[in-house]
Parts: sequence; structure tokens; C-alpha cells
Amino acid sequence: MFTRKSLWLCSLFSAAFVSAAQEGPGLGVQATPAQIAAWDISIAPDGEGLPAGSGTVVDGEVLYLAQCVACHGFEGSGNPNNQLVGGHGSLSGPRPVKTVGSYWPYATTVFDYTRRAMPYAYSNSLTDDQVYSVTAYLLFLNGIIDKEDVMDANTLPQVEMPNRDNFVLAYPENPDW
Amino acid sequence: MLESKSKEAALESVAGNGLLHRRIFIAQGTALLGAGGLGLLTPSLAAAQRLPNLAKVPGKSMSGYGNRSPYEAHIERNNILSYPGTTGSGGSWTPLESLEGIITPSALHFERHHSGVPDIKPEEHRLLIHGLVDRPLVFDLDALSRYPMVSRIQFIECSGNSRVGEGALPVQKTCGGLHGLLSCSEWSGVPLSILLDEAGVDPKARWLLAEGADSAAMTRSVPMAKAMDDALIALYQNGERLRPSNGYPMRLLLPGYEGNASIKWLRRIKVTSGPTMTRNETAEYTDTRPDGSSLLFTFEMEVKSVITAPSLGRSMRQPGLYEISGLAWSGAGRISKVEVSVDGGKSWGLAALADPVLSKSFTRFRAAWRWNGTPAVIMSRAFDESGAQQPSRKQLLEARGLKRNYHYNAIQSWKIAANGEVTNVHA
Repeated sequence: MFTRKSLWLCSLFSAAFVSAAQEGPGLGVQATPAQIAAWDISIAPDGEGLPAGSGTVVDGEVLYLAQCVACHGFEGSGNPNNQLVGGHGSLSGPRPVKTVGSYWPYATTVFDYTRRAMPYAYSNSLTDDQVYSVTAYLLFLNGIIDKEDVMDANTLPQVEMPNRDNFVLAYPENPDW
Repeated sequence: MLESKSKEAALESVAGNGLLHRRIFIAQGTALLGAGGLGLLTPSLAAAQRLPNLAKVPGKSMSGYGNRSPYEAHIERNNILSYPGTTGSGGSWTPLESLEGIITPSALHFERHHSGVPDIKPEEHRLLIHGLVDRPLVFDLDALSRYPMVSRIQFIECSGNSRVGEGALPVQKTCGGLHGLLSCSEWSGVPLSILLDEAGVDPKARWLLAEGADSAAMTRSVPMAKAMDDALIALYQNGERLRPSNGYPMRLLLPGYEGNASIKWLRRIKVTSGPTMTRNETAEYTDTRPDGSSLLFTFEMEVKSVITAPSLGRSMRQPGLYEISGLAWSGAGRISKVEVSVDGGKSWGLAALADPVLSKSFTRFRAAWRWNGTPAVIMSRAFDESGAQQPSRKQLLEARGLKRNYHYNAIQSWKIAANGEVTNVHA
């Protein structure tokens, strides 16, 4: 049978990543390093892209109470919006509680997402130190780092998230399921 | 003689409970329908014998941008819900039961936004391509509009579509209320491969990150193989510039992939060696299995179909000949066939596939049914060119469990009561 798996493999082998058919008029303008630096806000799971600066659990708690608690509840307990803390061990049960601590596979994602999209009404308004701090606070509340731990470009990618090994790549392996 | 013979053949039963051969819609369809009359097409001829007064006075003037008939103004997107304390973080669903053919009107295309619809001035918008490339490049809308364009009719389906089907009790909503995170448009734009070639992709590159210009700066990682295959920077939808709610002035379009990956308001593409592991491809849009493990990057939307008529809110009337109409689609390619059952899945007959049958697009199917006025359960199941078959709800839940939340593509059934009313049932 021609399975989905074989379809994926075909598409992988046939792609040399250079398209042959069409050519454009070449109107792209060379981007400057300053332009790229200003726009490139994404953080890779190995920490590539993390900025200078650092943050602490204590500072993160102050910021959380000022900017996050209204939507995410006291100590990340959720309500009215997403629960951020707890749910550990719930994934194999009938009602998984997916939080930063119980579900998210990479600590770098907490920094990336908080900086780009939070707080909801004023996204991308926090300083890098503030984002490191609130990231540290959420990791602390989930029992993943200690209260004294400082988060920065060096320490954050080294944080091991509890559910990390519980993810399976469906692409490109794409198991039958 | 010949006519009556073919008419007889066309009305031949192909499955239990009055399902008729699909030939009725292919060869002599019009004549037969004219003669026999579908149950719903029985206007009073007497009313047409006098010209209405309206036709004797001049009508309204021309207009710069047309509107639909005021008598159709009740056809709207539904299920409009946003997260608490927000207005633009949620979705609106396409009223599939009110539409025909395969194109979703742009104004009724479903929405799923994560932080509202941004107001973007086209002259200020830029697309940056950088990362593992020889030449990082910036494009504005004027520049992109000069590139060779392609037009494709493609569906977009949110991977959370139809998820209420996982529930133990069938939810009583319209077809669009159950399945309306789903739409199909003609998209025109520039193949992404052309722009990536111009930037010069490093051989080490296997992925890219696509980022939107909305307040959530929505991001998803996309395999380079897909980017080079059929990914499009879409500038037009159904012939006109994209609607703001569909990414104006430019969006990524990844045919057949879960809708979330087709980033709207596209502002940045970073070519990378691996996936960036953003929130919306790890914490969300991942599929949890019964043992608690979860699948990352389940991109492709699997083969699926729904019956749009009859359906909840589109009741049957008296017994007689009816057309069953529905939509089938697959992220793996073309629909190869659709089967319909009107006896609760005991027997199945082939539906007619209406032209055009396109890859990763809606395909409209039709079947003829002589309803005898007794309660019946109707359903459809689609097959695609990869050999995949739409599963029953039981098969899907047995194979995948109840914790997935995404990629629910099981058969859905409508029950017709003796009085013609339609409800959603788990059959």
C-alpha cells in the first residue's frame, strides 16, 4: 500500500531544495545586519537568539503579580485563561492538564513566546531582563529550577523540561497512527 | 423508448433504503430532475404566470463594490468566541450548510486568530527572508506583485476542526457549527521557492520559521521540503487582495497542512537547520496519545467528508427524491471517491464527484436519494489518491484515543426523523 510514510519519503528525496521551473525578476533588496537584528526575535531550542541580560525568580514574581495574574491566576493556577503551573503526571490520565511545567518540551519557548506575545494587551513590551525573570518564576513555580537560579542566555537552554522526552516527531518520521 | 430506458437505469438503486445510482447527476440529470422533481424544488408554477410589479420600475443603480442580497444577510459566520478578556483571540466558523460548490466566499472564510486582526498599511509592510541564506532579502508588496504568480484552489482546515466529535454525546449544531473551521478559496501568489532561490538557501537548511505581523507574532516551523514544493506567498483570495482576516497584505499558504501553519500577515521567514519549537507547535497543535506521549509536527490534514444537505437546520419535507450534497477534501492530494450510506452504514453507494476534482481542494459530491419518509441515518466517507480512507468515529477513537484534540476526521452522521428534522448522531 502506498502509505503516508512513503509519500513523505518521496517528497524528501526529490527535494534538492532548488526549484527548477520558475525564476523571478530578482527584486529582493539586501537586508542589513541592523535590520535583521531588529526583526529577528525568535529563539531556537539550543538558545540561539537569546539576548544579553538575566532575570531572577524574585523579580519575576513581582512582574507576574503586576502584569500576568489577572489572566493566569495566582501562582499560575489559571482562570480565566491558561493554567501555567501544575498538571504534572496528568498526561497519561483521562484529563491531561497541559501547563508550562507538565507539557512544554523546551524552556527557551517560554522566553520566546512571552516576549513576542505577552502580556496579551501589550505584546513585546517587556524588557529582556523582565522576560528572563518571569520565565524563571514560572519554571520555579513548576519545580523545575531553584529559587536562587538565575536565567540568562547560558542557563535557560540548559533547563531540562520534565516532559521533553515524551514527544515524538511525526515529521519527517511520520509513524502510522 | 431510449429515454425512458436510460431514465430507468439512472434511477436504479445502488444501496439500501433508496440510494440511487450517481448516473442521475452525470448523463440525463437535468431532464430527470425536470421530470421527477427533487423534493425541495417544487415552487408553485401558478405564481410565475404574472409578471411581478417590481419588474416594471427601474431598479437600483450600479455600485463600486457589490453587496449580497439583503435577503441573504442572515448567512453569517458563527460560533464567534474569544478567550476571556479578549475580542480577537478565537475563531469564527464558515456556515458550510448554506453554501454550494467548492469556493467559500471570502467574507465567510473561517477565522482563527491568536491576537486579533492587525491593521496593516500595504506600503509599510515588508517580508524579510534571512537565516541560512547567501543573501538576506527584503521584499515589499510592489516587488512581490511583479513576480510570476500561480493560482490554486486549496482548502484550509484548522487542525482543531470537528473536535467536538470526540465527545460522548453528539453536539446539536449545524454542519458549519461542527465543521466550519474549514474553507476553500482560489489563492494567487508567488511560489515561495522562487524567493528562497533568490536568497540562496544553504544546503544545511532543512526548516524555516514563518512569523506573522499580528500582535501574537504568530510563528510556525515549516519543513524546507514543503517550502520548496507547493508553498505560496498568497496575495489574492478569490480574485481580490486578501481580506484583513486572511492575512492582508500577504500570507503563507501551505496546501494540505493544518491551517495554523499557513501564517497570516507574513513578515519574516528565517531559514534554519531545525525546527524552532515555538509555543504553537509544542504546547499547542500537538497530538496527545492514550499513553500520554504527544506527536510533534502532524502537518497533513487527513481525508474527510461532510454532508452539507440535508443537515441540521436543513430539514427534509415530504417523502420523495432528494439530492444529498457534501464536501470531501484531503491534505494528501485528490479525492478518489466518496461513498454515501442512507441506512446507517449498512450499505454504501458511490456519490458523483462534481468537476473540478483538484488536489488539496474541496471536492463537491452529490448523491440521489428517494426518501420513503421513515427515519434514516445518512453519512459519507471519502477516499483519497494516497489510498487513505476516512475512518468511522469508532475506528478513530480506538486508534487514537480521546486526548488528541486535533486532526479529528471521522465520519459524522445525520439522523432524519419521520417529520424530516435532522439531528447529529454518533452512529
